[in-house]
Amino acid sequence: MRRALHAEWTKMRTLASTFWLLLAAAALTVAVSAAAAAAARCPSGDCALDPAKISLTGIYLGQAVVAVMAVMVISGEYGTGMIRLTLTATPGRLSVLAAKAAVITCLILATGAVAVITSLLAGRLILPGHGIGPSHGYPALSAADGPVLRAAVGSVLYLALIALLSLGAAAALREAAAAIGAVLGLLYLFPIVAAVSGSAGLARHLQQIGPMTAGLAIQATTSLSSLPISPWVGLGVVGAWAAGALLLGGLALRLRDV
Amino acid sequence: MNAPAIASSRPGTTAAREKFAHLLRAEWTKFRSVRGWVITIVIATLLTILLGVWTGANSQEGCPGGPCHYVIPTGPGGEAVTDTYYFVNRPLAEHGSITVRVTSLTGVIETGMTPEGPARTEAAVVPWSKAGLILTAGPSQGSTYAAVMVTGGHGARMQWNYTGDTAGLPGRVSAASPRWLRLSRASDVITGYDSADGTRWTKIGTVSLPKLAPTVQAGLFVTSPSYSATTSSGITGGSGGGAPTHATAAFDRVRLRGGWLGDAWTGTAVSGGSNSPYAVGSGSGYHQANGTFVVTGTGDIAPDVTDGTPVDGPLAGLFIGLIAVVVIGALFTTAEYRRGLIRVTLAASPRRGRVLAAKATVLGAITFVAGLAGAAGAILIGTPLLRANGNPIDPVTALTEVRVIAGTAALVAMAAVFALSVGVILRHGAAAVTIVLTAIILPYLLTAAFPVLPASAADWLLRVTPAAGFAIKQVIPQYQQVAGNYAPSAGYFPLAPWAGFAVLCAYAAVALALASFLLRRRDA
Repeated sequence: MRRALHAEWTKMRTLASTFWLLLAAAALTVAVSAAAAAAARCPSGDCALDPAKISLTGIYLGQAVVAVMAVMVISGEYGTGMIRLTLTATPGRLSVLAAKAAVITCLILATGAVAVITSLLAGRLILPGHGIGPSHGYPALSAADGPVLRAAVGSVLYLALIALLSLGAAAALREAAAAIGAVLGLLYLFPIVAAVSGSAGLARHLQQIGPMTAGLAIQATTSLSSLPISPWVGLGVVGAWAAGALLLGGLALRLRDV
Repeated sequence: MNAPAIASSRPGTTAAREKFAHLLRAEWTKFRSVRGWVITIVIATLLTILLGVWTGANSQEGCPGGPCHYVIPTGPGGEAVTDTYYFVNRPLAEHGSITVRVTSLTGVIETGMTPEGPARTEAAVVPWSKAGLILTAGPSQGSTYAAVMVTGGHGARMQWNYTGDTAGLPGRVSAASPRWLRLSRASDVITGYDSADGTRWTKIGTVSLPKLAPTVQAGLFVTSPSYSATTSSGITGGSGGGAPTHATAAFDRVRLRGGWLGDAWTGTAVSGGSNSPYAVGSGSGYHQANGTFVVTGTGDIAPDVTDGTPVDGPLAGLFIGLIAVVVIGALFTTAEYRRGLIRVTLAASPRRGRVLAAKATVLGAITFVAGLAGAAGAILIGTPLLRANGNPIDPVTALTEVRVIAGTAALVAMAAVFALSVGVILRHGAAAVTIVLTAIILPYLLTAAFPVLPASAADWLLRVTPAAGFAIKQVIPQYQQVAGNYAPSAGYFPLAPWAGFAVLCAYAAVALALASFLLRRRDA
């Protein structure tokens, strides 16, 4: 397993795209978060705004880059034929998948932490000037505030779980474009179908099982009672999706010819 | 390997056309022989229709305790209207006029409504509270009318048949600066005047109401729409609910000329019944003393922008279709690059721009047909199901329905061509799929379906990103004379339908041009 890990790390490290994708994920997250913070206004002083959630809006875009990156970890090898070499060198196919999962998780956790901390700092600088700061009765964006810390840590974990979900989908589908389409569909379709379902109960259920809607409940720091699902349970739902995808991908990898 | 630059003379037009037909045939063969793509398109179309049927069969909006089968009244133009006001009226024959002075317009906003009555009331007049003179074919909902009025915040106006609106004198009305209004009828032609002093009159407008009955009802009216506090902030913020209001106006110096019938005024509460959004307010009514009328009313006489389910309600499956065609569009060329087929393709047809044109044509046509089948199926089956479940459906003209269905198909086709072009530019399927899906769906998601962005950012995103194309399925137009919640989450887009679609087309066209340039420039 150690050798598999080392091999995966070497492959990751020597790909030029790894660095650029990680940079893109972090930069897009921060840029969108800062833009959302810059667009938020509360002149009246009593808007139903959640400063932590606004400051972390970029995760909605950053997760797409994370998904591409995780998909390419497997689908890239299928595209070039590298996968045959990999599986010849390490015949234990589940070990390969586990090593890939470990490497991508570490990378995404590190990148996600940088992106989330920078986004929150940007929010902390921008929001008070727009009437959404501690002096207006909103929670301060600092690690000392429990819910804000939960939102920050949770967002980083969310990105890692999305990466694992994408990895599983890629192992199951092999074709990169199809895998990324499936992952983005899974993320985007639940809230859209919930919005038009026409029944509040059904919409709530859809938001509880959708990986994005449930998982990003972790970003809420105010009015928790109106969330479709409680923060940590929501993150657990994404975890279940990721586990399911990895299981499916692992089975496919194990049972199928390369 | 560079494709050989063919030095032979440019083929004649007929030969060129024949050659392009061959290219189209080649691309069509490549498409239909990949079983996965065909299956994906068929499944996505079926899922779109199924989701429409499911939405139609499951939605039970309407009254608490079951469907209420409330029918939204329609105006003379076929649009949904609100037609609720208090009316002090008398019959009028073919010729005549009425002149009146309005000396005050005040209002009350009732917030925190409970079954016993409002928890709080606030003395304020909403901008589109209306008081003035109206001439209407009758008290039934959606009747033809013309009216001149003073408003809470938009000066004097002349309005007719719900959608017509012309501005008169600006400014608010008070005892110190009263407004004189006059409405005159000459057969089918109605003219409205206003004046600040009762001597110098300005014509606001003249309208012709064809086939107006010989005897109509005319007189004083007052109405006041719900106060709408639009807050669009965050998932939990949602849109602000409306608070009922009513307005009270004082009229005096009523002068009647011409063929007025009868000799007494009647008070009528015109309303759409107990299920209408404006129940007849308890305070509605009028009293008359020494030539002064004090009239109180609630409601609105205007196009209805809030009530019904739009006909595109069952169209959520569009997004399944979009994801499917974007994946296929991106793969249509990138798969050729991966397998090396692109070298054969370009060797067989060295004019690369033409190859790309053939690909775009074939892909656009296939996805348009699939989109048309999906959208038509979802709407034509889902909408009647919604109606059968007691959901009030916004009445739309057949032309609007055609625009929504065909526009949705065009949206799907344009997204596919956009994905094809980005695929050629990047030569990387996954990157192309991610960029196109994120650019088209994510802005829509963050502004309309799952609104997390502030309203200003939402408007901006839906103007500049390819998601502007979703405007093509906006059903009800925005009216400046109605204060509504015109947010993307309520189905309103910042750009007009075709303008929004043009933004998406521009993205696709620029990407296609760049793709064509790069395809010719680069080695295969």
